[in-house]
Amino acid sequence: MKDLKSSGTGISWLILMAWRDLRSNAGKLFLFMSSIIIGIAALVAIQSFGNNLTASIDLQSRALMGADYVIDSNHPANEEVVRIMDSLGGPDSREINFASMVVFPKRSSSKLVQVVGTEQGFPFYGELETDPPAAARDYLVNSSALVDATVMLQQNLRPGDSIKVGNISLPIEGALKAVPGRSALSSSVAPAVFIPYDKITQTGLLQRGSRLEYKYYFVAKAGQDLEVLYEAIDHRLDAEGADLDTHLDESRRLGRRYNNFGKFLNIVAFIALLLGCVGIASAVHVYIQGKLKSIAVLKCLGASRRQTFKIFLIQVAGLGAVGGFLGTLLGVGLQIAAPVLLEEYLPVEVDVSLSFPAISLGLILGVLMSIAFALIPLMRTWYVSPLSVLRVQAENESRTGKAQLAVLGLIFLFLVLLARQILGSWEYAFFFILSLVVSFSLLYWVARILMWTVRRYFPEQLGFAIRQSLLNLFRPQNQTSVLLLSVGVGAFLISTLFFSRDILLSKVALGNDENSPNIILLDVQTDQVNAVENTINENKVPVLSNVPIVTMRVDEINGRSVNEIRNDTTSNIGRWVLNHEFRVTYRDSLIPSETIISGEWIGNSEKREVIPISVAENFASDARVEVGDRVTFNVQGVRIPTEIASIREVDWGRIQLNFSVLFPKGVLEDAPKFHVVSTRTGGDESSAILQRELVSKYPNVSIIDLRQILSLLEGILEKIGLVIRFMALLSILTGIIVLIGAVRTSKYQRIRESVLLRTLGAKNSQLLRISFYEYAFLGVLGSLTGILLSLVGSFLLARFVFEEPFVPSAEPFLILLPLLTLLVIAIGMLNSRSVLNSPPLQILRSENR
Amino acid sequence: MSKILNVSKLRKTYQSGSGTLTVLDDITFSLESGETFAIVGPSGSGKTTLLGLCAGLDRPDSGTIELCGVEIDTLDEDKRALLRNRKVGFIFQDFQLLPTLTAMENVAVPLELQGVKNAQSRAVTLLEKVGLGARVHHYPSQLSGGEQQRVALARAFSNTPEILFADEPTGELDEETGQKIIELLFDLNKEAGTTLVIITHDMDLARKTQRILRLKGGKIHREEKVEVQ
Repeated sequence: MKDLKSSGTGISWLILMAWRDLRSNAGKLFLFMSSIIIGIAALVAIQSFGNNLTASIDLQSRALMGADYVIDSNHPANEEVVRIMDSLGGPDSREINFASMVVFPKRSSSKLVQVVGTEQGFPFYGELETDPPAAARDYLVNSSALVDATVMLQQNLRPGDSIKVGNISLPIEGALKAVPGRSALSSSVAPAVFIPYDKITQTGLLQRGSRLEYKYYFVAKAGQDLEVLYEAIDHRLDAEGADLDTHLDESRRLGRRYNNFGKFLNIVAFIALLLGCVGIASAVHVYIQGKLKSIAVLKCLGASRRQTFKIFLIQVAGLGAVGGFLGTLLGVGLQIAAPVLLEEYLPVEVDVSLSFPAISLGLILGVLMSIAFALIPLMRTWYVSPLSVLRVQAENESRTGKAQLAVLGLIFLFLVLLARQILGSWEYAFFFILSLVVSFSLLYWVARILMWTVRRYFPEQLGFAIRQSLLNLFRPQNQTSVLLLSVGVGAFLISTLFFSRDILLSKVALGNDENSPNIILLDVQTDQVNAVENTINENKVPVLSNVPIVTMRVDEINGRSVNEIRNDTTSNIGRWVLNHEFRVTYRDSLIPSETIISGEWIGNSEKREVIPISVAENFASDARVEVGDRVTFNVQGVRIPTEIASIREVDWGRIQLNFSVLFPKGVLEDAPKFHVVSTRTGGDESSAILQRELVSKYPNVSIIDLRQILSLLEGILEKIGLVIRFMALLSILTGIIVLIGAVRTSKYQRIRESVLLRTLGAKNSQLLRISFYEYAFLGVLGSLTGILLSLVGSFLLARFVFEEPFVPSAEPFLILLPLLTLLVIAIGMLNSRSVLNSPPLQILRSENR
Repeated sequence: MSKILNVSKLRKTYQSGSGTLTVLDDITFSLESGETFAIVGPSGSGKTTLLGLCAGLDRPDSGTIELCGVEIDTLDEDKRALLRNRKVGFIFQDFQLLPTLTAMENVAVPLELQGVKNAQSRAVTLLEKVGLGARVHHYPSQLSGGEQQRVALARAFSNTPEILFADEPTGELDEETGQKIIELLFDLNKEAGTTLVIITHDMDLARKTQRILRLKGGKIHREEKVEVQ
């Protein structure tokens, strides 16, 4: 061996060989390429489109606030607050609001409203909706007023009529239909009257004792991180009795829908990629199967194991890079097309540009996922014995065990990292990958058990075609494991998309159904309740709820009086808790928007000395109280000692009355209170008739028409629902295309046998029947196993990721199962087509290339 | 003349179901450099297994094989591959051309593996020599069986091997074509002075070599010298 030096080939020869081998295999590798292209395209499109949508939803949440962030306070900004605001560049617009009686001279009537003095600029996002539309702009110029549309209706007012606010009288410019920043439903909302900021002082209503709110609206600087801003200044503002609200709180208030929406998009993107990976693995598996003989020849001629391995590795990596690039381009194309297709549904114009980081990510990911998922089939090249070129049957290689395990570990690691990157959480990543590993293992065992069962109980008495198809399931070179795995995993992923889409859509639908109120009546006195309910019923609309409200203030927290806490500069208890007039209700059960997160819900006080109450999460954190802490409330002079029995998570996004503080039954029944009655009306006209009747009969009652807010929310939810459907559809299509690929690759497995059978005289119909039965077995079993597995997976997904109840739909069983089975059968039978239409020798020759 | 192949007490078994199948047992023979040699025997006598072992494609259970002065059963797979590339040529019954490579590329592969610069032009010269100058850019599937075996011949000689193993080289060809291939094989072999080992059950072909080894039931049945005709 001394005169033998290692081979003189370099990387260029390996690339040359990879290319030579590739050029005549383009057709066979088309499926490999399409798996990468589609997987990457879906990822890029979904992520980019998702980002665009998140941005647009972000804008919606800004529109709900009217600005990026607001600083508010119950007193004019002191020096420190001014300093903080100056450091932020000063407010972009100011507002003062307070509750006051106003007079409408035309009707000689008065009404309690929320007077809002605003400056030029507001709202910076969204718009003031007025009738006529120009009024939104003109009232500041003409020093006039905008009056809540319902009040206009109740009072029978027209633009040009006047309104008296304190000392001044202003003409009414128009009706106020919707206002950013005033869409959140709360029991303290009174109808709004907008007047110019500079007129507020002239009203003479700013005297001491008035409950005033000062708001300073800000537009964020480009790239400003509001979370960081909040962390930096909120505690400083809090110490001065001011508060910072960002539009992020607003979107949080809309509930977890947005979070889940983002999670869903990421899961869709990840599933699309995984489907691509399944496609790669199955395509390369069959490709390498067809290459084993050539590899043995190369080794015979003196190529080393490393050289042959590298030739195919280079091929796969090269295809991965090209596929990744094309996939990224397609993804960007889809991203450009999606907003055009969905234009009327999207609230913002979406800027689309070619992003080089995105393209390089596509390239890198294309190469990485190709290599990772081709490794196991590629490893077979390493252990191909050159002996197999002779007619001697080479010994089975058992040496692949350890290496295969190492490669599987590597793939697992790659998937976990990829999942972490896309899903954004280690927990989800492990959960997802683990469920995939479990699914793979189960599917593998289902395949093994199927093969064993068919072999063990082989039905000899059946006809030729069905016997042949059953034989195909377990004889050497069978495709049972590969097809069951790819069909099963495909069905698993697609059906998971179906199920999780349903989880989200049911959540979206919950917000607005027949039982959601759209008219709220405030300040209904106890002795008016029956009469008001009768009026509502007479108008043939239902009374949806009648909630008693008792107002109270906090007197003591854990034995410390409110004044004591106020004077303690080290106390970090939120000032609003100390100052706020809480509107509290009592009942013996929770409503759907409430979930106990700690402690125990007690619905009846049963004459206890200390009343067990439930507080919302935000109250508990701002008042710095936990379960078991004591809070004394003051109800119009009467002190009521309470103990926090439970803390609730409240979905403030639900269209229903929610409360920070909730009493059990048996305590507040005799306290002075008023009621909030809700109903749901049909169209504009019936709503107007009911409102007019209620106002004329019960002038003290305030009416809030929620239809504007509801239509805004419905709009957002509709968009989210649409996007969920679109994204799920895109990914399901990806899955189906990959599945077509997986089944199509099995063509090369069966073709030789079909040709032989045909040569021996098998009729076309017999060949088709053999294919039909074989693919029907595999299709039904693979899809069914996949769907059943996804049922379990989706339940876990609903429980731990979306934190929503899981109500499985029958769709995957009724639609997906037959559809996937038919698809598998159809492609399987199409595979036999070339055998049926051409002479056997011609097929064998062309397959040899 | 020096020994190019030295086989001593070779034994090879395979696991077959529950039992052990002895394919070769106590095989000992040697070959001089430049000698032509035939291994003959009925089907299942172990001819192909013996060729696989001699060419370093497989390992014996016991015994030793010295090929071109190297004890090959001590070498790992890659070292044996290197030895094959430098010293050994092959011709197979079913040609075993790489289907995705053209005739020229198939012939050039052994040279390219050695890092030879003008591998492709040498491949063309060799193809012209076997009468396929006009078919250099054809793929195997575009060639007839005889043409494919001629490409295989050109490939076998391309790395100027010291020893050439031919496994039933005419097994898949009609008689006339087979005859032409054999003539070409012997002509090329004579020109190159290569040691030639042919596996066959065609006694006419075997008698064209200098020595015949008869196998029966995995053992050497007889070894005979062929009279020069």
